[in-house]
Amino acid sequence: MKTVFERTPTLKDCPTHYCPGCGHGIAHRLIAETIDELGIRGRTIGIAPVGCAVLAYDYLDVDMIEVAHGRAPAVATGMKRTNPDKIIFSYQGDGDLASIGAGEILHAGHRGEQITVIFINNAVFGMTGGQMAPTTMLEQVTATTPKGRTAAGEGYPLQVAELLVTLPGTIYVERCALSSVAQVRNTKKAIKHAFELQLSGAQGLSLVEVLSPCPTYWRLSPAKAMEWIESHMTKVFPLGQLKGGR
Amino acid sequence: MTERGQSSRGGDKRVLMCGNEALAEAAIMAGCDAYFGYPITPQNEISAYMARRMPDEGRVFLQSESELAAINMVFGASATGQRTMTSSSSPGISLMQEGISYLAGAELPAVVVNVMRGGPGLGNIAPSQGDYFQATRGGGHGDYRTIVFGPSSVQELADCMLLAFDLADLYRMPVMVLADGILGQMMEPIVLKEKPRRDLPAKEWALTGAEGRPQNIVRSLWLGEGVLEELNCTLRDRYEQIQKNEVICEQHDVDDAEIVVVAYGVAARIVCAAVQKAKQDGIKAGWIRPVTLWPFPIEQISKAADELRIFLVVEMSNGQMVEDVRLAVSGKAPVVFYGRPGGGVPTVDEIFELIKQLTLRSKTPI
Repeated sequence: MKTVFERTPTLKDCPTHYCPGCGHGIAHRLIAETIDELGIRGRTIGIAPVGCAVLAYDYLDVDMIEVAHGRAPAVATGMKRTNPDKIIFSYQGDGDLASIGAGEILHAGHRGEQITVIFINNAVFGMTGGQMAPTTMLEQVTATTPKGRTAAGEGYPLQVAELLVTLPGTIYVERCALSSVAQVRNTKKAIKHAFELQLSGAQGLSLVEVLSPCPTYWRLSPAKAMEWIESHMTKVFPLGQLKGGR
Repeated sequence: MTERGQSSRGGDKRVLMCGNEALAEAAIMAGCDAYFGYPITPQNEISAYMARRMPDEGRVFLQSESELAAINMVFGASATGQRTMTSSSSPGISLMQEGISYLAGAELPAVVVNVMRGGPGLGNIAPSQGDYFQATRGGGHGDYRTIVFGPSSVQELADCMLLAFDLADLYRMPVMVLADGILGQMMEPIVLKEKPRRDLPAKEWALTGAEGRPQNIVRSLWLGEGVLEELNCTLRDRYEQIQKNEVICEQHDVDDAEIVVVAYGVAARIVCAAVQKAKQDGIKAGWIRPVTLWPFPIEQISKAADELRIFLVVEMSNGQMVEDVRLAVSGKAPVVFYGRPGGGVPTVDEIFELIKQLTLRSKTPI
């Protein structure tokens, strides 16, 4: 019998704690595959955020650190500056990166740190119970916007990728989605390109924003959540290579 | 690039340096691989010095966008096994408390220098000892301790830095060096000389890339039932070891003293002069100077309180270390406090008059 698909070694063989239909599992696998395909497990250090993915090190079999909410780009800076030969990536949600950590990602990008940031945008705070994130859509109902987000009350959804594009220190910014097989394959290419840039010593920060489903706090079935990414999220967060094509 | 324990400026020669620059050079000598910091008065000489010197030595200097970022850069560098530090002054140290708590939880070594200024709030930029509680009680959230040095001269400030890096690595925890605006700015002749070093264990926990070994994880989150309690107990055992082994304290003429003055840092230098004056006046006065503020010299002070004598605690605050002295004295002797908060610095005569008053001597005629 011929093996046509198998678990990549850097992804651990263990039960998942993520909700049914969550995108984190897919994103973890894409990172693990990238690390194995590039053969960089022995020189990679990953940074887990505060949020649902805080236990990312339970799934990714590389050296990893768990850091304070939003501070991953600062921690990555401390690591990369003292270990220029290592491949440093942070894995951050939208509460972590776009809200409390907005300062850290902006300045890491501004300084052009040679790190790779995987930014999971699911438009809510997941772990704490589905509160509004800076990326929450207008009219989206969350635990803290029970009547839906309004521009007058809470402001517009924050477009992090577009913001980072304006910084001379960023070399590659792409927004992808996990909403279909084709989009997942495209996301894999983007993640791999971001790692390859760091591996090549390219001067600057690369960020891949990944639109990812949260069926639990979107109050949708896993299948409907995938549809909602394409019907709603991509209208506010358009997909594409925003800076530095591959 | 110089080797750890060396510095191109080190040697037996006496050099004149301000405290901020001396501690920076001592950090380089201690093998500090990376310095991260954000500007704040009165410690700006440290980052300016590091910006010049660290690249010369082939090491890392980076000005961060905030104190939050600085302490987290330290967190990242430390997790990879590097010797690293940051420095700030009171309001900035408040911002770093989250990171210091994470360092304690993740069992990561780091050196944090606080050149204290007046508070609360933005306070002023005058010297103060108002952060004693914050430094010795942990400061951030959770059940932890930091080793805290309270040096009183530029030489001792430099010496503390060498020891601070070793103790941070030995016990895998943040160590704070608590100076103040006077000590940071004051120039004194010092000798930057290598001291005997501790035997330090290899950093097998460090994140270096999992080449040929299972992954290393640096974390402070422990959700399983009883797991965090276990970590807390491990830390508690370590803290007890530190209390047993690492107390540094200076005592002068305590044995036959009728009054013992307790002070640390710059306040202790003023106390020293006041006690000398009292002795010339025929008063049996002694003084105790804690160099480590945590671990606190409980035994030394408790022993001194076994004889009937008065304790006077002098601080540049409204009274913080006095609580530790009272705990150590444990009701065996009267403890009197004298403090000057908000940037006030006590004079030798103020303390001398107080010593006379407490030992029932007549006032000096004006």
